[in-house]
Amino acid sequence: MIIDVNFVGLIIASIMASAVPLILASCGELITERSGVLNLGVEGMMIIGAISGFALMTVTGSLIIAVFGAMLAGVLISTIFAFLTQTLITNHVATGLALTIFGIGISAMIGKNFVGIPGKEFPVLFEGLKDTIPLLSPILFGHSIVFYFAFALPFITSYFLKKTKIGLIVRAVGDSPESASNQGINVRFVRYACILYGGAMCGLAGAYLSMIYTPQWIENMTGGRGWIALALVVFSTWNPIKILIGAMIFGGLTIIQFHMQAIGVRIPVQFLTALPYIVTIIVLVVISRDSRKIRLSTPSSLGKSFHKDN
Amino acid sequence: MIKIVKRDQPSKTIFFFTPVLAIFLTLVAGGLIFYILGFKPFEALKFFFIVPIADKYGLSELLLKATPLCLIAIGLSFCFKSNNWNIGAEGQLTFGAIVSGGVALLFYDQEGFYILPLVILSGAIGGMIYASIPAILKTYFNTNEILVSLMLVYVSKLILDYLVVGPWSNPEGFNFPETRQFSDSARLPLLFEGLRIHTGIFLALAAVVISWFVFYKTYLGFQMKVSGFSLKTAKYAGYKGKKMIILVFLISGACAGLAGVGEITGPIGQLHREVSPDYGFTAIIVAFLGRLHPVGIIFASLVVAITYLGAETAQIFMQIPKYTGQVFQGMILFFLLASDYLLYFKFKFIDSKK
Repeated sequence: MIIDVNFVGLIIASIMASAVPLILASCGELITERSGVLNLGVEGMMIIGAISGFALMTVTGSLIIAVFGAMLAGVLISTIFAFLTQTLITNHVATGLALTIFGIGISAMIGKNFVGIPGKEFPVLFEGLKDTIPLLSPILFGHSIVFYFAFALPFITSYFLKKTKIGLIVRAVGDSPESASNQGINVRFVRYACILYGGAMCGLAGAYLSMIYTPQWIENMTGGRGWIALALVVFSTWNPIKILIGAMIFGGLTIIQFHMQAIGVRIPVQFLTALPYIVTIIVLVVISRDSRKIRLSTPSSLGKSFHKDN
Repeated sequence: MIKIVKRDQPSKTIFFFTPVLAIFLTLVAGGLIFYILGFKPFEALKFFFIVPIADKYGLSELLLKATPLCLIAIGLSFCFKSNNWNIGAEGQLTFGAIVSGGVALLFYDQEGFYILPLVILSGAIGGMIYASIPAILKTYFNTNEILVSLMLVYVSKLILDYLVVGPWSNPEGFNFPETRQFSDSARLPLLFEGLRIHTGIFLALAAVVISWFVFYKTYLGFQMKVSGFSLKTAKYAGYKGKKMIILVFLISGACAGLAGVGEITGPIGQLHREVSPDYGFTAIIVAFLGRLHPVGIIFASLVVAITYLGAETAQIFMQIPKYTGQVFQGMILFFLLASDYLLYFKFKFIDSKK
């Protein structure tokens, strides 16, 4: 049997494409968690981004407005979370759940008028180079700008956390808010900023789904990706580069479903659909088993409220 | 000048007052949303919260929806009180429904007094089995229970889908994604002729009484409370942490499983694709709104059940999308958490001239 190398390249490219929303959302959440805040509202923020992007694209016709609008929508919805957890000192887990329930409801409410409308074509870069190098061309060229951004993001995030002063401040706030505060860092401000940044990335992840990947609006279209993104952050032990690996594994599981069905493998479709969720559980178990390692890499103040008495 | 001061002790009065405040604020915000959507706010709120329960049928529907919410929330309160974040009750409900539905299908052509107890018991066991997965993984493998229990929700719905489409689908059902009808002996009896409210409500009431007793009259309840406040203290006191984690998960799994039994053996009488309109998730809100107190949960389940009915009524009469229900549920939780601020802080008026 001759395997067409370009076909292999196409499969890898499709795996990467399905990894994009996971990378974006996970990298955003990673920064939030590094500052000590556990935002379980990823799914809600993503779905808000998805509908905002799609709706703005349909209404204004501008892709740029739509993409940035989706990020802004993510920021706005995460502001609710930031205000509640940072200013009113509410429980992170409960507030994040409320955000997800609220987000799914609001998105379906807005999205009612956008069901069944076809999406627009999103421009791709380097299309001319698509047939130049066998195997590598389909992987490297002919993708949207969001795609390239997503694959650069883990490296940017890693550089930001390790090498920049602001990155150091974020880590300090997450690992020891008391000492950071004593050093004159405004803990609440830093956490606000990290939550809003996480919201922007989740908004972008949602917009990628509804504007580029699918591209149309389907109710509840994030389908648990937000939760998988949360799991990926644990999987990565809060290291952005490892998010890339994890997201590729999950992207691969999503793509495998389609190909297994296409070549006629006799496995119930429901089992294949359940695979990413089951693998997530298994991976979490394997990663978390070593409790010492997890404790060392988890931001020490993760999920704990910080209140400075005046 | 107004200054915000930390209270020495959380206020008891405000503890039970904030849920009421949260509901009030939700109504105000809801009215505002209706106004933005172009509806008359008061009329919309009336269709949402009053019209659905204005007659006998409506009240029966209210209790029908409140029953699973109350039952699951009672179970969850065991978990939440002891700091265990089981958010996968929806999956435990679904799995309970699958197991009890399977047992009911075994007896589809038989009658007998023993069938219903078997079906109910198997539902509770199904929920417990499913809840034991995150519990065991948490205790022995240090795995985050939030993510595991949540992932299992998706898995349970896919298992159900597989069963009702494939091996368990009704052979005479023209390929509809549903099973055979259960025999009458496997059904929870209806309470009144012509109304859908069924005897499952007694399961919820029993759960309320038992949980009240456990929380406030037993050593176990005390241990749970201490672990909820501080895991370190619990450890010093020598409580068996692992055992308790598994126990509270099993209790909440059993409750969710029973809710699943109620859903399929009550008005529907068969397994089909959607056994629950996200009762398992909504019950999280109910548990918090009821302040994890058994009596509070009864009231909370009634209030939140209205959002389900209201969403349906508002959709029929005013073409308001039915997802407004979820928006209201999210808002209730937001406002409740926000008003908890008053528990720990108070506003103090200070004379600035001094």
